[in-house]
Amino acid sequence: MQLNEDLVAGRRAAMKILANSDASSIERGLVAADCDARFVDLRAPEVGLVMLRGRIGGNGAPFNVGEATVTRAAVQLASGEQGHAYVLGRDTKKARLAALCDALWQAKASRDSIERHVLAPLRAALELRLQQGRERTAATKVDFFTLVRGEDEQ
Amino acid sequence: MYVAVKGGERAIENAHALLADVRRGDRSLPELTLDQIEQQLALAVDRVMSEGSLYDRELAALAIKQARGDLIEAIFLLRAYRTTLPRFGVSEPIETGAMRIRRRISAAFKDLPGGQVLGPTFDYTHRLLDHDLAEGGGVPPAPTAPAETVTFCSVADLLARSGGLIEEEVPLDQEVGDLTREPLSFPADRDLRLQNLARGDEGFLLALAYSTQRGYGRNHPFAGEIRYGEVEIESFAEEVGFAVPLGSISVTECQSINQFTGSTTHAPRFTRGYGLAFGQSERKAMSMALVDRALRAREFGEETGAPAQDEEFVLSHSDNVQATGFVEHLKLPHYVDFQSELGLLRKLRAEFFARKDSIEDEQGMQDAAE
Repeated sequence: MQLNEDLVAGRRAAMKILANSDASSIERGLVAADCDARFVDLRAPEVGLVMLRGRIGGNGAPFNVGEATVTRAAVQLASGEQGHAYVLGRDTKKARLAALCDALWQAKASRDSIERHVLAPLRAALELRLQQGRERTAATKVDFFTLVRGEDEQ
Repeated sequence: MYVAVKGGERAIENAHALLADVRRGDRSLPELTLDQIEQQLALAVDRVMSEGSLYDRELAALAIKQARGDLIEAIFLLRAYRTTLPRFGVSEPIETGAMRIRRRISAAFKDLPGGQVLGPTFDYTHRLLDHDLAEGGGVPPAPTAPAETVTFCSVADLLARSGGLIEEEVPLDQEVGDLTREPLSFPADRDLRLQNLARGDEGFLLALAYSTQRGYGRNHPFAGEIRYGEVEIESFAEEVGFAVPLGSISVTECQSINQFTGSTTHAPRFTRGYGLAFGQSERKAMSMALVDRALRAREFGEETGAPAQDEEFVLSHSDNVQATGFVEHLKLPHYVDFQSELGLLRKLRAEFFARKDSIEDEQGMQDAAE
């Protein structure tokens, strides 16, 4: 059971990185990984919608905010592993590549290579982008202070 | 009454060709790209996504280009597009508490955990036209400062934890109403009201929010917290067996803190209004929070009667695609309608003059008799 949970956590972490990266960077990583990536489409990339939900007050009951475009794809490796992807946007190439990475990540033979050549550089690029965002935001932090007005001192 | 009108095909075709021509404008100028719109008219893109109720920056940019900058037309285009796509499912509720903050302010507390960060804002600008911008040219990169890893505690949580000073939301996972599936009926629950407001016209909600401040449904709000930033989206997929991360989007959230409610069983406490919109849409999120709170008047046993408190009035008129459809349909041929009204008017006038003539005749005969 623990093993399964770890597996799910690992796949989810990989999916999150892939979903937040673009198709060409994923493709570059896959080329570098150079694993046996023969696959067939289980589900050719398809564009659709997901209804995005918020919570009333940020932490209350859910409500529908609006939809987002999502592209999904599923592939199967020659070795049998099935990979899935659901990614925001309408990039069909990215969805198929992400599904392929999910399948290769599940295959023991290729997981390390996917981690090293695809996910690690994407994670680093993503972290750099987030760090830059945080630093630019941090520069706009204010320290408001209220002044004691003269008439209050009497 | 509609009666089919035939003809005019050539004129319509040519009008559309002319539209395409003027949309492109002066051919010696470079054509706008979607990237340019997405990057440099980002807040227009955000508004079109919010009110178009579809998060897709590129499509919103395309809609703005196609609509020649007419944002309501662009919203209409986006709404029409979404009907062509299948729905895969629904997302897990967005965790705004885990937002990657780009801006977070509170007008109620100056020292709140995580601090106040202004982010990219028009606030405190002097609203003077910047003629340097007309020339274009290099813009230096924004300054940076060391970023601490802080948790931006929400103002609502802060107040709730400090002894129940504010009403708390209950994260019930009940059936969620969806306006895109069933038409609105009244009374509408708060989930449906918020969905309606989230896609509602910014100008309409702004005016309603303003009216509550001016005394039409007074409930004295504070901008308890406004935050803008990125949130991760996840959606459970049956065939995968767990919630799949889909990527991230930007949203703006507003928590208003409003005046009190209390009863014999619970102590007086602040009440809340909530706004959430795609992208950086601060005016929209704030207006939404104020109108959301106004629409809760009945729930709190407050005096009602102001326009912003009238659920049916607000929710039935907030949608600018519906509104523009009904107002603008007046442009379409109503020749038969008009002919029948014209006929009626002629009849009424004939009756009027006949009556007038007969009165005058009577008058004339009386005069003659005297």
